[in-house]
Amino acid sequence: MRREIPIAICFLAGIFYTLELFIPHRQVLSIFETVRQWAQILIAFAYVLAIANILRVNFHAIQKNQRDWPYKVVLIVSLFFMITLGIFFGGIGEGTIFDWVYYHAQYPLQSTMFALLAFFIASAAFRAFRIRTLEAALLAVTAVLVMIGRVPVGEELWNNFPDFTEWIMNVPQLAGKRAIMIGAALGAISTALKVLTGLERTYLGGE
Amino acid sequence: MDLGTIIWNTIALFLTVCIFSFLYKDNPFYKFAEHLVVGVSAGYFAIILFYNGFVPKVWIPVTTRGEWWYLLPAILGVMTWTRFSKKWAWISRFSIAFYMGIAVGVALPLEMQQRVVKQLHATMLPVHFMDIQGFWNLLIILGVLCGLVYFFFSVEHKGAVGGAARLGIWILMIGFGAGFGLTVMGRISLLADRIQFMREWYLMVTQALWGA
Repeated sequence: MRREIPIAICFLAGIFYTLELFIPHRQVLSIFETVRQWAQILIAFAYVLAIANILRVNFHAIQKNQRDWPYKVVLIVSLFFMITLGIFFGGIGEGTIFDWVYYHAQYPLQSTMFALLAFFIASAAFRAFRIRTLEAALLAVTAVLVMIGRVPVGEELWNNFPDFTEWIMNVPQLAGKRAIMIGAALGAISTALKVLTGLERTYLGGE
Repeated sequence: MDLGTIIWNTIALFLTVCIFSFLYKDNPFYKFAEHLVVGVSAGYFAIILFYNGFVPKVWIPVTTRGEWWYLLPAILGVMTWTRFSKKWAWISRFSIAFYMGIAVGVALPLEMQQRVVKQLHATMLPVHFMDIQGFWNLLIILGVLCGLVYFFFSVEHKGAVGGAARLGIWILMIGFGAGFGLTVMGRISLLADRIQFMREWYLMVTQALWGA
């Protein structure tokens, strides 16, 4: 029963929500909206689980004096620091300390992390897409053309470069993107049906 | 320029340089910044969910409006915490199954409508040879069909199907290449933003120090 009842709950909740599309009545829609809010509340509580997991893993590393354990202390202290700021120092509104820390610590850290990828994505691409096959050549050449066409030097090289790039984006790229989108959606639908009918149960975890 | 702004911006600059130091090699400054970003981000999202999820959707309805039924999803949420106990982990399945059911129920019609029906509808373009656009439309239709044939594994990719699948993989590679190019451009614009920030910090500090 510890597995059958959750599968039944999943099936009923899934069928209930699928019906939303077919019953566009105001009162029925308000019920769907309430249940959607329930799911959002569930996510908020599940996030506590994620935080607890971070703490568990890092405390364990500190206790065992594992390699780089002082950095785990930085992680835990910064986590509690943000939580303390958010709860006890004026909330999250504009101009609060929480807001300042976001703009002067989290934002620069995250955007620099992604900016750093500019260097590594280029070297990784060089290694991964070395032109050995026609497919790899198509990928590499398209990427280079799109990049050149989006910067002023492209237009300097050839007047019609930006138009050519636009053509790539509007014709072959569009066709490829659409095929991927439809293929991925059909895959998602089949997986959703497997979850709904109880054929896919990995989300329940082990015994 | 007040001292507080200079201090906050100097902290931001220090953290930016810490991350960029990885370009030389993995070092303590990078590791410090790396762990800091994880901790700060986790704390940030916890607080955001607290104020945008828990407070308006549970605390206010229950304490001010007496809508006790909002406690039910809260109880379901608390049930997910049993995941850490080997003995009681099965309790968390109820709430996870409830969430999975809703997620699947939302995804099924949405995926069908937005990503299949709408995309197929948008692909039904007029094919003619009066101008070049009619020919491009034909290319788009053929490209989408061949791309889909590549994803169709129920038939062996041989003969005409194999040819279509081969054309499909070429179209997909062009799509991936364009996507990759745009991603690189996005990262480079972020890099330009950080370099711009460092330049502005330099100007701000020199102006504050020497009024230049």
